[in-house]
Amino acid sequence: MKKSTIILLLTLLPLLLLTGCHGSRGTQAFTMPKEFDTSAEYEITFWAKNDTNKTQTDIYKKAIADFEALYPNITVNLRLYTDYGMIYNDVITNISTGTTPNVCITYPDHIATYLTGVNVVVPLDNLLADERYGPGGSEVLFDAPARDEIIPRFLEECAFGGHYYALPFMRSTEACYINKTYVEALGYQLPDTLTWDFIWEVADAATAKGADGNYLVNGQSVMIPFIYKSTDNMMIQMLKQKHAGYSTEDGEILLFNDTARELLYTVAEHTRTGAFSTFKISSYPANFLNAGQCIFAIDSTAGATWMGTHAPLLDISAEQLADFETVVMKVPQFDPDDPQMISQGPSVCIFNKPDPQEVLASWLFTQYLLTNEVQIAYSETEGYVPVTSKARDSAEYQDYLSRAGEDNSLHYDIKIQAARLLLDNLDSTFVTPVFNGSASLRNAAGQLIENVTKSIRRKETVDAGYLEKLFADVTSLYRLDQKGPSAADRAEPGPLPKAALALLGALGLAWILIIIYVCREAVKLRKTRHNAH
Amino acid sequence: MKKSLILVLALTLALTFAGCGNASGSGKDDPGVKSEGVMTYAEYAAAALDTEVTIEAYVQAHQSWWEKDGVGKLTVYAQDKDGGYYIYEMNCSKEDSEKLVPGTKIKVTGYKGEWAGEVEILDANFEILEGSYIAEPVDVSTYLGLDDLADYQNRFVAFKGMTVETYVKDGQSYDTAFVYNDDNSGERGSDLYFNVSLNGATYTFCVESHLCDENSDVYKAVENLKVGDVVDLEGFLYWYNGANPHITSVTVK
Repeated sequence: MKKSTIILLLTLLPLLLLTGCHGSRGTQAFTMPKEFDTSAEYEITFWAKNDTNKTQTDIYKKAIADFEALYPNITVNLRLYTDYGMIYNDVITNISTGTTPNVCITYPDHIATYLTGVNVVVPLDNLLADERYGPGGSEVLFDAPARDEIIPRFLEECAFGGHYYALPFMRSTEACYINKTYVEALGYQLPDTLTWDFIWEVADAATAKGADGNYLVNGQSVMIPFIYKSTDNMMIQMLKQKHAGYSTEDGEILLFNDTARELLYTVAEHTRTGAFSTFKISSYPANFLNAGQCIFAIDSTAGATWMGTHAPLLDISAEQLADFETVVMKVPQFDPDDPQMISQGPSVCIFNKPDPQEVLASWLFTQYLLTNEVQIAYSETEGYVPVTSKARDSAEYQDYLSRAGEDNSLHYDIKIQAARLLLDNLDSTFVTPVFNGSASLRNAAGQLIENVTKSIRRKETVDAGYLEKLFADVTSLYRLDQKGPSAADRAEPGPLPKAALALLGALGLAWILIIIYVCREAVKLRKTRHNAH
Repeated sequence: MKKSLILVLALTLALTFAGCGNASGSGKDDPGVKSEGVMTYAEYAAAALDTEVTIEAYVQAHQSWWEKDGVGKLTVYAQDKDGGYYIYEMNCSKEDSEKLVPGTKIKVTGYKGEWAGEVEILDANFEILEGSYIAEPVDVSTYLGLDDLADYQNRFVAFKGMTVETYVKDGQSYDTAFVYNDDNSGERGSDLYFNVSLNGATYTFCVESHLCDENSDVYKAVENLKVGDVVDLEGFLYWYNGANPHITSVTVK
């Protein structure tokens, strides 16, 4: 190589590198390939959540095996979690190292945080509209639902910042699982719609003790009449029912308002009587309910298989089980004529990768999770509801629903009643706005109730001063005063950090080439000297 | 010089022995002696739930460090000579967590709580003190199935001569000696569950993955268990709706 060529290379290479990096941050945005390359091998990872439920993991494994049979050039590696929070933490960690999974079960609130990185999550708009590889597309090798068969309400829950960033996978809501036997033993009849006033009144009544120190209603030394599993949902639903603020669509925080104060005073009042506690403070509502130590247990409909005397899944020993009649009702309401209940449940997002073919493989697998085989099987493991009308309206699923109570396993009546609760009240469901920071706001909402409950149990005073400090502490803990924009909110990204990295890389490369050149010249010189001898 | 050296060595040895005698006696390192304002184990055990407690104890083990809402947390198994303490999500930086090696003496202030039967210290802060103590395991095999077992909650304990059984839960047999998660819904890296029997009664034990992960000896040992193996076990007597020992060592006999 001539000296002049090397000098030219050394000059041009860094410039070329810098030019290439101008305006680019992270992986290139996904562009749809013309067709899926079946000649190359693709390995994708799927991070999934199960409810500590063997049947659910078996369904995931079967779905993967069936999908791989259809697409022999795609291998799907499953990684299991039992907690959405753990998935969220791991994704955040892996974004920074560029090792995100391909497909991931998640919540829209979490995706909003993932979007703080550019081109990290694949927007699904074009994929959803694609006639060949989109839902029910001509090149899809399985019987996928068409786009209009994905229940619009659930699909819309996955749209924010003007794009679809996920597909719904399963939907659930919260339900109140009630020991009707004890309610009636206390002299009450369950109303058609459960109200907060009713729950607090019965729960307070259940705290009465006999001379022996045991609770009159169950004759035991333990009774927590009302336990709430997810206190973030508790606060969110109460505020919604009261038409009070929580947040705006664009992320303005409205949580710390007078209605929230009133609600927290109510929580304090009934914690003081011993009527109320939470999962974080006392443990799973199902265990207390099943032991006859709780009357109102509020948990997800996806926890229904753990609820009741005949529950197929149990966490306490058989000798601890109490015998009682279980009833499933909507969460308590302030206005029975205008019920409001949360819509929740897992969604699936796709992470971007440098190879668009790998992303397309991920998209095909994601769609496979919406087939009837997966939707019906998975929804039957718990009080979940399929997210497609194709599955929901199928004869197989309708037959399943109609057989509630036939057995205490697949057709466990409490589980099917829980699923019906959502199916029959879809119009009463809502979701909270999604923005960068909405996951933190959700945590903050629950933390308010947790702290007040804990403080009352610890004999602290909960008054206006306490709540002011609590609001300030929670704001600070969850950095609610430091909201940053997400990629979805952002305009053109600036080039600086990556360009700086590229510059450093180019300089490094230039040095390497210089060293190679110097070494080469040294060798030449040695050879010349050697030949001269 | 040689004579001086021998004298120094002899004196050092003598002082060392004197120091050891003091540590196991009634001096300031005695795990039974508490500083002023610190509860004895009996006082801690008698304290009502949701009251503030201050204890001094010695770290025996801890789970992996994690961050929660931006605050470092460490769950610690600690003990003094009279009893065990489970300190859940103690506020602790990553840097400090590395100082809390087994034996480290700590003073902990927090609130006494109970979660699914497990008595624990919550919302705790700590300081490191001078002193060291490693607890010997107490053989509680004979207390299995009895109410008396609860007296040993959170202590480092041993179970001897246990026979590994096929894992069964809620009447369902899994045809294996162990499972990942208690219903085999997990994978390598999840908590391990296995059943062992003694005198005709069967008990479920656990390898807590935050305490002993998949690279630990005990995790691998349990993965190699076979139905019918007779084993000695050691671990911490955790509670979850009943005894749920977190096993830290397995010896196949």
